[in-house]
Amino acid sequence: MRAKPHLSLHESQPAQASGLLAWLHIDLPLLSSLLLLAGIGLAILYSASDKEMVLLQRQLLRLGFGFMAMLALAQIHPDNIRRWSPWLYGIGILMLFAVILFGESGKGAQRWLDLGIIRFQPSEMFKLILPMLIAWFLAEHRLPPTPSRMVAAGLFTLIPVLLIAKQPDLGTALLVGTGGAFALFLAGISWRLISATGLGMAALGPVAWYFMHEYQRQRVLTFLTPESDPLGTGYHIIQSKIAIGSGGISGKGWLNGTQSHLEFLPERHTDFIFAVISEEFGLVGIMALLSLYLFIIMRGLYIATQAQDTFGRILAGSLSLVFFVYLFVNAGMVTGLLPVVGVPLPLISYGGTSLVTILASFGMLMSIHTHKKLLPT
Amino acid sequence: MPQSSIKDYLHESQLFLGRVIVSGMLVILLLGILIGRLFYLQVENHDHFTTLSQDNRVKLEPLPPTRGLIFDRHGTILAQNLPAYSLEIIPEKAGDPDAVIRQLGEIIDIDEEDIIRFRRLRKQYRRFDSIPIRVRLKDEEVARIAVNRHRFSGVDVEATLLRDYPQAMHTAHLLGYVGRIDERELQIIDTSNYSGTSFIGKNGVEKSYESLLHGKVGLQQVEVNAKGRVLRVLESHPPQPGSNLRLFLDMALQSIALEALGEYNGAVAAIDIQTGGVLTLVSKPGFDPNLFVEGISAKAYEALEKSLDNPLFNRAIRGQYPPGSTVKPFIGLAGLEYDVVGYHQETYCPGYYQLPGKEHKYRDWKKWGHGEVSMERAIVESCDVYYYGLARTLGIDRLHEFLSGFGFGQPTKVDLDGEMAGLMPSRHWKQRKRREPWYPGETLIVGIGQGYFLATPLQLASATATLANQGRHIRPRVVAGIEQADGSLQESPMIVDELHQFDPEHWNQIINAMALVVEGPRGTARSIRSNAYRIAGKTGTAQVFSVKQDEEYDEETIAKRKRDHALFIAFAPVENPRIAIAVVVENGGHGGSVAAPIAKKVMDRYLLGENPGTTSDAG
Repeated sequence: MRAKPHLSLHESQPAQASGLLAWLHIDLPLLSSLLLLAGIGLAILYSASDKEMVLLQRQLLRLGFGFMAMLALAQIHPDNIRRWSPWLYGIGILMLFAVILFGESGKGAQRWLDLGIIRFQPSEMFKLILPMLIAWFLAEHRLPPTPSRMVAAGLFTLIPVLLIAKQPDLGTALLVGTGGAFALFLAGISWRLISATGLGMAALGPVAWYFMHEYQRQRVLTFLTPESDPLGTGYHIIQSKIAIGSGGISGKGWLNGTQSHLEFLPERHTDFIFAVISEEFGLVGIMALLSLYLFIIMRGLYIATQAQDTFGRILAGSLSLVFFVYLFVNAGMVTGLLPVVGVPLPLISYGGTSLVTILASFGMLMSIHTHKKLLPT
Repeated sequence: MPQSSIKDYLHESQLFLGRVIVSGMLVILLLGILIGRLFYLQVENHDHFTTLSQDNRVKLEPLPPTRGLIFDRHGTILAQNLPAYSLEIIPEKAGDPDAVIRQLGEIIDIDEEDIIRFRRLRKQYRRFDSIPIRVRLKDEEVARIAVNRHRFSGVDVEATLLRDYPQAMHTAHLLGYVGRIDERELQIIDTSNYSGTSFIGKNGVEKSYESLLHGKVGLQQVEVNAKGRVLRVLESHPPQPGSNLRLFLDMALQSIALEALGEYNGAVAAIDIQTGGVLTLVSKPGFDPNLFVEGISAKAYEALEKSLDNPLFNRAIRGQYPPGSTVKPFIGLAGLEYDVVGYHQETYCPGYYQLPGKEHKYRDWKKWGHGEVSMERAIVESCDVYYYGLARTLGIDRLHEFLSGFGFGQPTKVDLDGEMAGLMPSRHWKQRKRREPWYPGETLIVGIGQGYFLATPLQLASATATLANQGRHIRPRVVAGIEQADGSLQESPMIVDELHQFDPEHWNQIINAMALVVEGPRGTARSIRSNAYRIAGKTGTAQVFSVKQDEEYDEETIAKRKRDHALFIAFAPVENPRIAIAVVVENGGHGGSVAAPIAKKVMDRYLLGENPGTTSDAG
């Protein structure tokens, strides 16, 4: 086994390449589509930031870091990931408490934890940790899980979600929550329970409203009637709808979006970058982009079906679905289908932490897909 | 165990596969909804959002037209637009404007008046409008601001065109002036045509010809960013500049008339008899209209407003004076036309007139009387008693009818704003206004142009022109026409009424008598007799202050302001009349000695040119 890398060096070129990829535990379809997406993202960011090279360099740096994290995680055996899951969860919960107690504020919310060397958002890590924990917890026993285990899994989900929502970071709480929910769904909880939970959530709506911060309520209200406050909070949605609608079928062309280049569209290189793409590349361009996203999600789900154990399946499946939730919530908010909840467009929006988290999750997918034991036959 | 574990494994993996398939379908369904939404926005409502996007980035900017110039008949410029630099502040961007003004005050002179004007304008304008703090900056000041420019935000030097009146005081009342559009004017103007324009004609020609002088606003489509900064011009429709106006006014006559008034206040109106064109329209004292362009300071305005001389008042068309003896030729003509008196028929003047059975003595200016006077002598020597009698014979109804025909008591409809109508009294008028019947004694004093009778200097000049024209009445007008691009003139229309179809003999008799006022040895205006051309005129004296019965009239004791107004009307040359003139000298005393020489100077200049030389005889 130790000689494997040496052997692969002497093989023919394609075989050598596939051998190198296998040695690095890389899934080529996933890697190439992610690289393509990141490349497209940089091109769009170049336009959305109005040719700001500094921004582009920083994004490139983050992407590099993200892909390194992906590669690193791909090397770790799923068994190790599974073993670490409860510990990581425990540490993560402690960190969330720490954020609430000592966290640093940014934009009116406490999200950052300063560890001296690096500042980071523990909430972000839960996008990975929570699916890991649920997958670990449910994989211990036979599926579908028993009611008591389901309740326990529900609680494991609820604790970080509430802590994150308290920061307050509605977007991340939502993504973390769906991560846990998808893990449970994939584990095979009964449809009856799913519909009951759905109804319960609907009933909880007014209660949630009561606990919401004023700015969150404002966002919901603005979402319902954006034109009512065209100069305040509604401005984002109105301008992004104008950007998307005026793009038409074929778009205004790269670097030619008037809404973004004349600065009518706010947050155009971060959360609202989807509108820039729609404006400049039109329906055709956005469909092509969505196809690429769909391919990545489907590849993720395929990897999940091919996983050898329950932990791998649930983790791969829920991470892929969380990736989709990123896409849908962002696109939904920019097109005016969903409230504005501050979720970036995965791998394209300018911004650090989520980019690294997402690439890390694909690292785990690659790890699950490439570390397979030979089944006894 | 292994058996069951493999079974479990298969079961679990099938369950999981089912869930993954459901998830995949959900993903595709949600993406379908998203694409549906995008289709709705980008295809179905594409036009709507394209319009909104255009609205966002494209702004229409007005291009204000350049205001038309005003010239006199010889092309002398009377009103022009001069580039001027003004220092403007946008309050929204300047932060604390008061602090900014203080700092600016260290760089250039900003006086109290500037600050007051700034505060006043600030109330009228919006926060993001640019408001001038200093106007007419000198080059040196512009340079000093440029050096310190970086220290201020929301402060800019703007190059604008400011209206300028090079003749200043000389044309103040006639031309009027422009000023910033006020709220009342905002109600009546077409605001879109005035977008980008902050000035409007307030008075005189500037006001009456506002629509021509203003022109038509142009538009340009510009691309702006979200901050409203203009990035480039997409489309431009240039403005249509205001028309250049040429007046009938002769600037030389205007200056001569103003100078000739000397110390006195008063008015001079001269009309070109052939066209009705106003050659001179002077009201003294004047004011500097340039002060009003950028908003006159409250202090300066108060000084003008409160002055006893009332410099803002346009005496030439708004001043209503008793016409005095200047109406005598007209009333004489009425007598001849109504055939109540003959030209040579004589009446005895004992120095006073009494109504039958009444004690009151209507005095003649000549205490001991003129003796036997014909109409000719009554005009030449200005006998009052003769006219008391003639007025009584004619009666107020016929006087009113006849004199109204010459335009007394009604506006001349000159093309200037704010003209007064004067007053030609009648029974009807007195009943309506005073609720009293007409008394015979009031008819007598109408006969000498006193009492209720009032006329403006322009009315007198117009009536004189009609007389000189033998009944052909031409409406007086200030503007000769619009100057075309090729230098030709699009003339303003001449409006003529042929109302007075009288016996030509009567005209000649009256004109002859008026000529003798100047030429005759006893003529009241014999001092202005000229050898170069013949003048027909009539002096007048209007009482400002009525002298009580049996009281001696002593000029010395009456304060200057209560002294009589001196009047003179004239036209020349007698044979081929070209110019009609009316002069009113406030508190000037006698028409013959004060008012007539002023008229003479104007007529000399008009008829003889720049160097009258030896041809005129000062007498």
